[in-house]
Order: sequence, then structure tokens, then C-alpha cells
Amino acid sequence: MSRTSRTIEPRSVRVAMRIVSGLVLLFLYVPLFVIFIYVFNPLRSQSWPLTGLSTRWFYATWNNSEVRTAFVTSIKAGVGATTIALVLGSLAAFAVHRFRFFGREAVSFFLVLPLALPGIVTGMALNSAINIGGQLFGISFSLLTIIVGHATFCVVVVYNNVIARLRRTSASLVEASQDLGADGLQTFRYVILPNIATALMAGGLLAFALSFDEIVVTNFTAGAEITLPKWIFNNLRLPNQRPVVNVVAMVVVLASFIPVYFAQRLTREGGGLISRGEEYWEAPPGEAEAAAVSA
Amino acid sequence: MFGEVVAVAGVDLEILQGEFFSLLGPSGCGKTTCLRMIAGFEEPTAGRILLLGQDVSRLPAYERDVNTVFQDYALFPHMTVAANVEYGLKVKRIRVQERRRRVREALRMMRLERLERRKPGELSGGQRQRVALARALVNQPRVLLLDEPLGALDLKLRQQMQIELKSIQERMGMTFIYVTHDQEEALTMSDRLAVLNQGRVEQVGSPAEVYERPATSFVAGFVGASNVLAGDAARAVTGQAAAFTVRPEKIRLARLEEITGADEWTATGTVREVVYVGAFTRYIVDLDGGGELVVLQQNLAMSSMQVLKTRGTAIRLIWNKEHNRLLAEPAEPKGTEEEVDR
Repeated sequence: MSRTSRTIEPRSVRVAMRIVSGLVLLFLYVPLFVIFIYVFNPLRSQSWPLTGLSTRWFYATWNNSEVRTAFVTSIKAGVGATTIALVLGSLAAFAVHRFRFFGREAVSFFLVLPLALPGIVTGMALNSAINIGGQLFGISFSLLTIIVGHATFCVVVVYNNVIARLRRTSASLVEASQDLGADGLQTFRYVILPNIATALMAGGLLAFALSFDEIVVTNFTAGAEITLPKWIFNNLRLPNQRPVVNVVAMVVVLASFIPVYFAQRLTREGGGLISRGEEYWEAPPGEAEAAAVSA
Repeated sequence: MFGEVVAVAGVDLEILQGEFFSLLGPSGCGKTTCLRMIAGFEEPTAGRILLLGQDVSRLPAYERDVNTVFQDYALFPHMTVAANVEYGLKVKRIRVQERRRRVREALRMMRLERLERRKPGELSGGQRQRVALARALVNQPRVLLLDEPLGALDLKLRQQMQIELKSIQERMGMTFIYVTHDQEEALTMSDRLAVLNQGRVEQVGSPAEVYERPATSFVAGFVGASNVLAGDAARAVTGQAAAFTVRPEKIRLARLEEITGADEWTATGTVREVVYVGAFTRYIVDLDGGGELVVLQQNLAMSSMQVLKTRGTAIRLIWNKEHNRLLAEPAEPKGTEEEVDR
């Protein structure tokens, strides 16, 4: 797959496109980079140039019990929301892919909608729903309500990943499995699951990353619970806390970056586990099959 | 999938034990639907499918003793060649030693031993084809269903596989039901074949019967070249309006003044088109009495230059009367029963 050899555009256009791409990437990542530098600032006040480099704020952050509690809460919320998303998202994807039923398109649409819906609207709605639930059933704002709140948009991510993989998996694989004598359960275990495994992993990782740095919905559903992004938001205005906030911000960035990176790798074509579309049917070069047949 | 349209209307077939039976027809004629109903992927709304006298119409695919070689092979991309072949035995919980032995045997028969650790994505088209065959044959099914399995292969490989398939079928004594739109393939391999058109069976018979004595004008046109004369064009030759067909290779090109025997039909016309195909030449002749006939002649002594010069010349066509086939119009279907007997 060497697309680099194609030279349809003139040289000037290619150079210009490279410059524009570079500027866009700079625009996106320079602010993050600034935080990464301030993390090593030995002073409490932020001013250029840095007077030296120090790791003292890492220790300060590590020893900050508020931050540690918030970190654990964020992990719990992320794991909880991801678990719900994996179960509900993949089940929904199977149903929508496999069966044709009345309202199928509508179900698909409403599943994807929460991702586009403004977080503040979702947050408001969940907030009043939890309030009503509190009056009727005694539900209170807690870690559980954060998890449910996050699950609303995490389900979408898993659903999208799994249904995309199912659509790319040849339907005749399932038929072939049945044809060879496998019942529904065996077909699921031996054929469907291995084919969607990487999509599930990718969906789960993305869902976790989304949940881990979510602030808007969290604010409306967390009550007294503090997650890491919420802690940042609360402490951002306090100049004293600024160095610790920087370190926490870096942790959040890394905690989002790593899952997204692996999710990208998992969904890339050619992992060996996925049916690879037309590419899959292309004969690999150099195999003397005619010789083998007439041997 | 087909909505209100009846995909297969009148298919009443009896397929014998150990027979290589082909379903031949253009795309959309219902041949694949027939195969999928036998395999159990589609449920017939009416009629029955019998396997060894037992009604299997309502059995799910995994409980039927038939296996399919799919058009796109449908190999499991995440399994090795050996695991693909083993799959059917594994899900049926055959003992491991027995499983290994049969897998090895199947791989050897299809000459795949060297490739057993490869994944399907690392195989060529022809190799995938043989894996698909091994995966089906290892289960020793009562009937093997093949859905245009050679469609994706190039011509040379296809011809090799035709011979190989036929010899496997004869060696194992297994019933093969083979779906194809390629008349040459059907004629080469089949013991018997059914020509399907718009969900109906047009004719069932041996390759020679179907080729030499096509029952309907559809069969005459689909199997071999369409050389059908009807109405006035037919009357100009035979004196009767009844439609008939004559195979292109049975017709002889002759000079206009040539005298014909009492056992021969003849017609005069003009050569409209000359197609030089190497070993033979295809002439399309506009008849003076109306209609056209295709004529195939071996290039015994003529060069391509000489052959091409005949375009536009007036010419006489002669063929033996015994090669004329009167055509019946397609009969109404008798029932909607479909039987697979062994």
C-alpha cells in the first residue's frame, strides 16, 4: 500500500498542504505542551522563562489526598461506565445488525444521538431525573449516578465500533459456521466473538478515555463526589494550587492519550483478526498456485 | 429478501445418489435460492426438501447433513487453514485423534499440507478455493453444495479445478449439487443438469441431451449459441412455421451453386460478421428468408486474412436434417416440490 509514490499534485501544492497541516497540529498541541513544561516549574508562580527544572510538584501531587481520592473516583467511574457501555453497546449492535424490525433505524439514531447532544443538556436532564428519582425511590447523587451519566455517551462509542466491524464481517461467515454444524452459541463463540474482539477493545478504551476527562455531565450528576476533571475545575482559580493542577492535567491527558492510541491501533486494518474487505480477496503475489494444483 | 416476488416457482427435481448434478441458469434465475433452501439458509414458503426420503425442510442448517462451498469461500479469517478445516469436526465434538486424522487426510487430498499454518488472508484465490473444499469434504456430508465456486478464478485455473472437482466427486462417490451460470462448466462436469429460468426448470437431462436436444428456445439460446428460427424465417427453410434450432458447429458454409442432398436443409444468406477466434471462426449470416444463423467453422486450411475476406459475400448454408430440433414452448410447472434423494 504505497500511496506516497502518487504525484498528481504539483510540488507547490504539496508543500503548502504540509505547512497548513503543520500549523493545525501546532495549534492543537502547543497549549498542551505548555502545561507539560510548567509541570517542571520549580516555583509556585508561573512566569517565563522557567528558573530551572524540578519534579517537586509530582511529589506534592502524589501526597495530596484530595487528588488521590478524585483519581480513584475517576477510575471507578470510567471502569463502571465502560462496563455498562460494553454490555449494552455490543448487544444493541448485534440486535440492529442481525434483525430487521420496526423502528430499527430509529433505535440506531437514538443510540448515536447522545454523542451529538450538548453535554449540558444531557447533564440538566439527568440532574432533574435524579432529583425526581430521589423523591420517588430515594436515589441520591453518588458514584453510581456519575457512571450512569457517563454510560449515556460511552454506549455510543462501543455501539459504533462493534456495528462497523459487524458490517465489515462477511455475512457468509455465520452461514458457513452453521453449515458446518455449529449452533448459535458455538457460532458466536468461535466466529463472531474473535472477529469483533478488537472492536470491543477499541470501543472500551475510547469509552474509558471519554469518561475519564468528562466534566459537564459529571458536574450535574456527581453531587458531592469529586472526579479528577472536577477537581481541576474547582482548583484552577486558586493560584496556590496551580502547580498541582498542572500535574493532574498532565495525568488526565496521558490517561486519555494512551487508550485512544491503542484503540486506533486495534481498529487499523490488517490486524489479522478482521475480514479485510476487498484486500482480503487479493491474491498475495509470488504464490505459484498453478504449480501446486497440477503437481 | 425477495419481498413478494416468488424466487423459485416450479422446481421439481430428483437428484440421485452419487450424482454430479448442476443447476444452470442466468443470474436471478433462482438457482442460488434453490441451493440455499437445500442448505437450510432459506425456508421454502411451500413445498418440501427430502434428503434420503426424510423431510428436512424445517431443519436448521446445522442439523442437515449437507455442506456448502460458498461463492466467496467464507473462510474464517482469524483461523489457520488447519483450524478452518477442523471446524466442522470440532463443533460436532468428534474426538481429537479422529479429528486430527481426518483433517490431515483432507489437507493431503487437497494438497494443502504445506499451507496448514497459514491464515486465509495469506493464500491465493486457488488455494482458498481448495481450503473451502477441504473444509466441506472433511465432514463427509451426504450432499455437497457448490455455489459457483470457480467464479473468482482465472480461466486456466478454472479448467484445472473442473477436472479436479469431477475426479474428487467420482472418487468419493458423493452427491454434488453444483450451481453455475457457465454452460461450459455445467456441460463438462455434470452427470445431469437442470436449466433454470425465472424460477422454473426448463429442462433436465444429461449434458448431451440438453445440448443436442434443447427442449425450449430458452435452453437452445442459453446452452450454446442462440440459433433459433421461428415463423416465416423457419418456413423459408423447412416449409413449416414451427420454431427450430440448429447448433452452429453443425452448419457447413458452401458456395451458392452447391447442390444439396435430400437429407439436408439449406438456406442462402449474406455474411454479416466474421469473428476470428484462432482455432475456429464464428460467422453471423443474415438469411435471405429472414432471421440469422451463427456458424462455427474450424480454420482447417484458411488463414485469418482469407477468413476475414468472406465478410459481405453471399453464401449457402447446409446442414443435415437430423440436426434440426423442433422447439416446444416452456411447459407449465407441475408442482412446487423439490427433492434431494440419495
